[in-house]
Amino acid sequence: MRPDTTSREPEACGDPVIRLDHVHKQFGPHVVFEDLTLEIQRGRTTVVLGQSGVGKSVMLKFITGLLRPDRGRVIVCGQDVTNLTERQFIPVRMRFGVVFQGAALFDYLSVYENVAFALREHKRLPESEVREIVRRRLELVDMAGTEALLPEELSGGMKKRVGLARAIAMDPHCILYDEPTAGLDPVTADMINRLILRCQKELKATSIVVTHDMASAYRVGDRILMLYEGQIIADGTPDEFRACPDVRVQRFIRGDAGYDGNGGSKEVQGSKFKVQG
Amino acid sequence: MCDQVADLGAFYLFTAQTLSWVLRDFTRWRLLRPQLFEVGVMSLPVVLFTGSFIGMVLAAQSYFQFEAIGRASWSGAVINLSVIKELGPVLAGVMIAGRVGGALAAELGTMRVTEQIDALRSLGADPIRHLVAPRFLACLLLIPFLTVYCDFVGILGGYAVAWSYGVDAHEYWRHSADAIENYDIFTGVLKSCFFGAFIALISCFKGFQSRQGAAGVGRAATEAFVTSFMAILVLDFFIVLLLQAIYDFFWSRSSIFL
Repeated sequence: MRPDTTSREPEACGDPVIRLDHVHKQFGPHVVFEDLTLEIQRGRTTVVLGQSGVGKSVMLKFITGLLRPDRGRVIVCGQDVTNLTERQFIPVRMRFGVVFQGAALFDYLSVYENVAFALREHKRLPESEVREIVRRRLELVDMAGTEALLPEELSGGMKKRVGLARAIAMDPHCILYDEPTAGLDPVTADMINRLILRCQKELKATSIVVTHDMASAYRVGDRILMLYEGQIIADGTPDEFRACPDVRVQRFIRGDAGYDGNGGSKEVQGSKFKVQG
Repeated sequence: MCDQVADLGAFYLFTAQTLSWVLRDFTRWRLLRPQLFEVGVMSLPVVLFTGSFIGMVLAAQSYFQFEAIGRASWSGAVINLSVIKELGPVLAGVMIAGRVGGALAAELGTMRVTEQIDALRSLGADPIRHLVAPRFLACLLLIPFLTVYCDFVGILGGYAVAWSYGVDAHEYWRHSADAIENYDIFTGVLKSCFFGAFIALISCFKGFQSRQGAAGVGRAATEAFVTSFMAILVLDFFIVLLLQAIYDFFWSRSSIFL
């Protein structure tokens, strides 16, 4: 039997739990990150904002080992995981729950089997215990009674909620949300935001939320940072973020492309109000 | 050229990982059962249809040649030997490459572009173990059986046409039995095992390499079929050479007409 890698040791809220250290990533000629350094604090919800293609999802993939940086280090709970093999990464991944943008439910499995997947894979629990955990997790995301349904029978918001239930089934230390409200109507998006807050409160996990949705960012974030051209240009509490004088940040908040259509990149010089690392 | 070499290296690693999981984790019935159904049961109609028409076409083509030299009943030997040694395994393989291979590549390609494969990895599971190993095993184990079914209906189809032309049944089957050896049946079934393994590996590999979007998945499915088809032909040639050399080493070769 594999060791239970999800058991929690005493942790101090606010300690760095994840660190990207001088990370560089390039896809062909396109440089996504150039010497990016970032720390994520334990027990807090960090929201990562930025335009499409800026590398927000790539950052989550670094943390979960789904992608490797070209240079630099990824440190999780003090352990350098940059060059771990696929098999060595498994115990690290079990510390994380990932909610994918399109939910990424396994379409050949029912809701129950999706949520039970990691439990069956890593813990030799009796099926009655698995059933009880699945029931509790589905209740937590307001999806009780849907165990027998297939993903194709669920709406977008329901899929996201089942994706969240699957992500938290193993009681992870850290939950990563990739665009949790993308493609949802405002009411369903708000329901997802409430679930994120509920999971944060009940599981006391560290959360990283990648989004474009400002309402969601203000609602769930303890800390908001914004990526622009591979660098962090803003980093602070929601109130500090709102007050950030950087034109690129203000335009992002207002959803304003600017008259030149380039996000105003030529107009701003060195106005970031707080830079990590 | 560099891309092709890189692809070949990636395919080699993919194959090694698949074989490694198959040897270590053979008994995952929960994962294997749906694949056995999909590959075996669902492919049976198309294989039976193909097999029966192979036999009938061969009979229709060969009967008149043999009839012209007054040896119509010898057509049984040619029809049945062709079906068992070559056409049965190869055409069953081609049909399965089209039906199963294309579907495997499309299914895994869709799973890749909808991040289901990333989700598997993020849950600490190995996608090759969960997705490829059961599909590989299903193809490896069931394509030989499908080939035997294909051969069987091909033989029946050939006989039905020969019978309709008035060929003497006793002579037809006697010539067939004289011409076909156990080694011929073994040859056909053994080839089909290789075809099954390569169809699964190529199709799953193409699915895993699929690019984003509907066009990417469609291309993966097409490439899976075309590459599997070419692999079947190339494998067939080399396996025939090898098995004939083995036959010649142990036994002496003779003509079916002597």
